[in-house]
Amino acid sequence: MKANCWMGKKRVEVQNVPDPQLLSHRDAIIRVTSTAICGSDLHLYNGFVPTMEKGDVLGHEFMGEVVEVGKGVSNLQVGDRVVVPFPIACGNCVACQAGTTSLCENSNPNAWIAQKMWGHSPCGIFGYSHMLGGYAGGQAEYVRVPFADIGPIKVPAHLSDEQVLFLSDIFPTGYMGAEMCDIQPGAVVAVWGAGPVGLFAMASARLLGAERIIAIDRYQKRLERAASKAGATDVINYEEADVYESLLELTGGRGPDACIDAVGMEAHANSPLYALDRTKQALMLETDRPLALREAIRCCKNGGVVSVIGVYGGFIDHFPMGAIVNRSLTLRSGQCHVHRYLRPLLERIERGEIDPSFVITHRLPLSAAAEGYDLFMNNRDDCEKVVLKAA
Amino acid sequence: MEREQVALAGFETVASRRESVQGRTRWLGALSVGLGLVKIAAPTQLTRVLGMRNSPSTRRVMAGLGLGEIAAGLCLLSLSRSQTAQKLVQPIHVVRTISINRPPETIYHFWRDLANLPRFMAHLESVTVQNGTSTWRAKAPAGMTVEWQAEVTLDRPNQAIAWRSLEGASVPNRGVVRFTPAPGGRGTEVTVELKYDPPGGELTAALAKLFGEEPSQQIAGDLRRLKQVLETGGLAHSDASIHRGMHAARPAGADEKTVILGREEVQS
Repeated sequence: MKANCWMGKKRVEVQNVPDPQLLSHRDAIIRVTSTAICGSDLHLYNGFVPTMEKGDVLGHEFMGEVVEVGKGVSNLQVGDRVVVPFPIACGNCVACQAGTTSLCENSNPNAWIAQKMWGHSPCGIFGYSHMLGGYAGGQAEYVRVPFADIGPIKVPAHLSDEQVLFLSDIFPTGYMGAEMCDIQPGAVVAVWGAGPVGLFAMASARLLGAERIIAIDRYQKRLERAASKAGATDVINYEEADVYESLLELTGGRGPDACIDAVGMEAHANSPLYALDRTKQALMLETDRPLALREAIRCCKNGGVVSVIGVYGGFIDHFPMGAIVNRSLTLRSGQCHVHRYLRPLLERIERGEIDPSFVITHRLPLSAAAEGYDLFMNNRDDCEKVVLKAA
Repeated sequence: MEREQVALAGFETVASRRESVQGRTRWLGALSVGLGLVKIAAPTQLTRVLGMRNSPSTRRVMAGLGLGEIAAGLCLLSLSRSQTAQKLVQPIHVVRTISINRPPETIYHFWRDLANLPRFMAHLESVTVQNGTSTWRAKAPAGMTVEWQAEVTLDRPNQAIAWRSLEGASVPNRGVVRFTPAPGGRGTEVTVELKYDPPGGELTAALAKLFGEEPSQQIAGDLRRLKQVLETGGLAHSDASIHRGMHAARPAGADEKTVILGREEVQS
């Protein structure tokens, strides 16, 4: 089959690789119809995530048709059309049973590596480094889905691939980011990053009843999309205006009730600190540059919530702990527990409350994956989200 | 309790072996220093005895070699006294624990059927039980196989099992596993304690570590696999984990050799 492989820093290549086979009775094989490039794939692309191997099949946002099931998978049948959540979760461990599937205790065969890095291991993830399992990803014609009796959700025929594909990651991820904000009536929520996850965080904040939603980015097109499609009531272009001052102005001096970091480890900023962090990162003195996170903490109102859904991998400098302690801030984070959002968010799509396809700007065949990464990475042609058609 | 302590008593052979290793190290160190002194003090005589040409340059080389020899000797002498040398031949003691979302009874019964152990202990090939004695076959480093016999020395239903190898095992070992209910209804805390005495003790362990066979990591991996088997009904395989060593995360080709521990019948 054809699969998009990581071949080193800034190099992906569609190669012929062997077809997947069932390895366990709880596996299923999916023929991928649509798959997407995630912002977090760009961290792999840029070489910021350790334990990648040349030849790894990428991709954790995908959907398709079931073509084979193990004998332990009774809920799926050959021919079913399904969306697959990016966290691989067993459904049996204490974490899964508590609904925190991205913390599954059984799905990472390389748990020891993650444990060395982070103290304890989270779940395994499709196509996302060896420290998170070494699973082949879904930017391919076929993919093996472990614990297929727990993960994949069947989707109705009247919804298109593009309407349901993002249930695999970015819609639930944005939704969880908004949910962690404990949005109350009248709430003001600021979102750093108007990339796909940021847009879904804004759209979800609106679904959850936020009164004002402020989008922060540097690309004018993205800010326009945030305002016209994702429900942002105000936008701040940080290359044109000071974010802190603008937020004070927009919130009567209080600061936003909740701040969402949908940027993560490769943040940009219009300040000398950016150059400092960039240098430290290059010298391996810190792994992640938390410019958006620092700003989100600084801007958040006293007693507010900072919700972190951007991806961080390691260590950061100048973390403003003093602001958190002295101003009673709550910091919440997590890889999305996608499984628990699948059903309720599919229902929202079916009811027409949201059409997630609004984020898509580019549609390419799987064979053009490398072009897709380049478009997304360099924001060429106002790229916001690339969907690869595998079939 | 008394029986449990018996099961975990120390290894008689270790102290005497440490003595002899220390003795040999000291003797070798003294010999080196002596040889070095001769090379420096009497280079002319030494070169003659060895049948070498007696020139200023050979004498200089000889003196240089003598200094090197003395340095090596002094290192050996200090090593024979240090903790390091003693540690190198000590038996290995590993304690590892994991929480499993199953009641103690289930885990106890699974473990008590020793034939189940190779399903999650990656290095075991088989365990067979006959007349109260079990025969264990395990993969050893460098593609070798070791086999030994063992007996269960403590059997406390739903609480603990201890075992030890019988006379003649090439790697004398003993172990105990305890099953304790986890607080808050979170299943069972399973704690394994192993003591074993490979030839070379910690030195072997340190070398093995270089090849990715470090004992405590091995046991931690075994416990994770036990948890997978008991909680999910099988092992979690990734596309990379079914290969020995590093392998790209992509499906294996028909001609590639994979290692799938406890592979069940997967077809529907």
